[in-house]
Amino acid sequence: MSNPYAKLPNWAEYGLIPLVNLVVAFLVAGLVVLLVGENPLNAAYHMVNGAFGRGEYIGFTLYYATTFIFTGLSVAVAFHAGLFNIGSEGQAYIGGIGVALACLWLDRTMPWFVVFPLAIIGSAAFGAMWAFLPGWLQAKRGSHIVITTIMFNFIASSLMVYLLTRVMKPLGSMATQTRTFEAGGQLPKLDWLLSIFGLNIGNAPFNVSFLLALLAAFGVWVLIWRTRFGYELRTMGHSPSAARYAGISETRITIIVMMISGGLAGMMALNPIMGEQFRMQLDFVQGAGFVGIAVALMGRSHPAGIIPAAILFGMLYQGGAEIAFEMPAISRDMIVIIQGLVILFAGALENMFRPAISRAFASFGQRSAAVQTKGA
Amino acid sequence: MDFFQTIIALLESTIRLSVPLIFAALAGLYTERAGVFDIGLEGKMLGAAFAAGAVAAVTGSVFIGLLAAILISVLLSLVHGYASITQRGSQIVSGVAINFIVFGSTVILGEAWFRQGGRTPALSGDARFQTWDLPFADAVKDVPFIGPIYANLLSGHFLLTYLAFALVPISWWVLYRTRFGLRLRAVGENPGAVDTAGISVIWLRYRAVICCGILCGFAGAYLSLAMNAGFVKGMTAGKGYIALAALIFAKWRPVNIMLACLLFGFLDALAIRLQGNPLPLIGQVPVQLMQALPYILTVILLAGFIGKAIPPKAGGIPYVKER
Repeated sequence: MSNPYAKLPNWAEYGLIPLVNLVVAFLVAGLVVLLVGENPLNAAYHMVNGAFGRGEYIGFTLYYATTFIFTGLSVAVAFHAGLFNIGSEGQAYIGGIGVALACLWLDRTMPWFVVFPLAIIGSAAFGAMWAFLPGWLQAKRGSHIVITTIMFNFIASSLMVYLLTRVMKPLGSMATQTRTFEAGGQLPKLDWLLSIFGLNIGNAPFNVSFLLALLAAFGVWVLIWRTRFGYELRTMGHSPSAARYAGISETRITIIVMMISGGLAGMMALNPIMGEQFRMQLDFVQGAGFVGIAVALMGRSHPAGIIPAAILFGMLYQGGAEIAFEMPAISRDMIVIIQGLVILFAGALENMFRPAISRAFASFGQRSAAVQTKGA
Repeated sequence: MDFFQTIIALLESTIRLSVPLIFAALAGLYTERAGVFDIGLEGKMLGAAFAAGAVAAVTGSVFIGLLAAILISVLLSLVHGYASITQRGSQIVSGVAINFIVFGSTVILGEAWFRQGGRTPALSGDARFQTWDLPFADAVKDVPFIGPIYANLLSGHFLLTYLAFALVPISWWVLYRTRFGLRLRAVGENPGAVDTAGISVIWLRYRAVICCGILCGFAGAYLSLAMNAGFVKGMTAGKGYIALAALIFAKWRPVNIMLACLLFGFLDALAIRLQGNPLPLIGQVPVQLMQALPYILTVILLAGFIGKAIPPKAGGIPYVKER
């Protein structure tokens, strides 16, 4: 397909356009706040204050950001290969089984640094397994990955309800959750990291899985831009026919990419299960997989973009709770609207403002060229 | 006779549960046949259900509520159309976005306007659809076998229920026997050829998207004005995705869509009925398995193990005129 738009300088491509899209999304969200009869500026103030006003708030913001880094990376890796993985939600949910099994098995006998690596492997393996089938079906049978991953989200949800009501729940308990893990299944908080900046973490569940998320982001960058496999998967994403012509196996790439994507989504489960609740509960993912779509789109599928985008959404989640507290008319569902608007403007309508910006650049370029010729 | 009564009751709730699926799946049929994928069926249905519930509660008129539902749903469709046809953005991303925006908005606006925890006020009287008895339903009620089938199964549904089933042959006729339908199918298979014939691809796709909006409006209005007495937060509960599954399961054909929706409706009705009751021969079936069955069946079909589902060829690809 021909690209109808002129190339922009990098800072405009990766900085200005996402920023403009984000601003428009927030303006529309502001309209919704007006419609409800509240002051959008007040809401914005409460949000920023609620997300960054205190060490504890920052801890919560970064705790949510950790989750979104994992799911954002998951969606982004698939994007690079031209695959749209809507199934991060289900893969993260299933990934929880891996975490819970490791914790239930060893939490009473082993310290956390023994359980943690096993839980990482478990979560990634279960997440990858849940993504393997849609990948395999896409590669071998040509079933559309979007549809199969949507279906797998629902199947995962039913499966987990079954497991948590019948299998993984302690005997005699009514609550749909596993038993609470002992010390070995609880990740240490990153209070020292915040105290370097003179902040007090308070009750915030900000924990070591944040470091793992950063490591994963680095790993994804290496994988996509510094390895042969990454080159192949980007080739496939840009042009499947070119990839085929170059002898790249689409089947192999599709299946492996989906498994990596599922593994990253699965690792998200570490943060809420071992970092905050110390047990696996029903619906612990809470839509984080879908937030990952917004994060990946906003971060332009680059780890360096995904981390700030994830922190932005962490701010929305933490600050949104604060708005709900201060302004009862605005519940936390406001975040869902903003998330949708970001997906709409940064994703589906990403080209809406491009012609205007291109034109502005073109006329500016002409003018500066004219000035130069006059000077010479 | 008791067994017979149970079957009648089961089939009756099958019909009740499959109506929104039929509306939504037919809605998806129009856009997807025109080459615009739409995973925003869920969001449009939810938005329509909210508009119907809110407007019917305020005006007290079920038909104004229905109109509001259609209006909102068409507006949402046009947003999807603008993003995916005019702006040539990703159709999937746009659908996902609409689902989120609608879910959040209905909760926030519902709570701000009515303060009932995201519900709209309960509807009664003229603000809600009433069931219709077919002629002679009372007279034939006591005739053995045929009587209960006619009086309990076929009679006593909502106007929208009959409309949904009538729309199946109508959609077939529109798609396969009219000029509009031929062009609509062509634009989903080979938009370049349609363009060469001097027909606007853009305008055709917009019309298809508007058809989708109208039908999703009916689906939403059915949920909040007929099946329930008012809007409840997140009341579509994945029905839009089941409709999408039914559309694929039916291989994008109108009559198959009705059958697929009835099948998925039946599974739903069965799951409700079996809750806690063991099945003869098989024993206790977990409810969760029954709930997951439509999705599992669709995956198996998509994998090509029960026939092959071939989507419209140009589906999901924005049309760029050659320059």
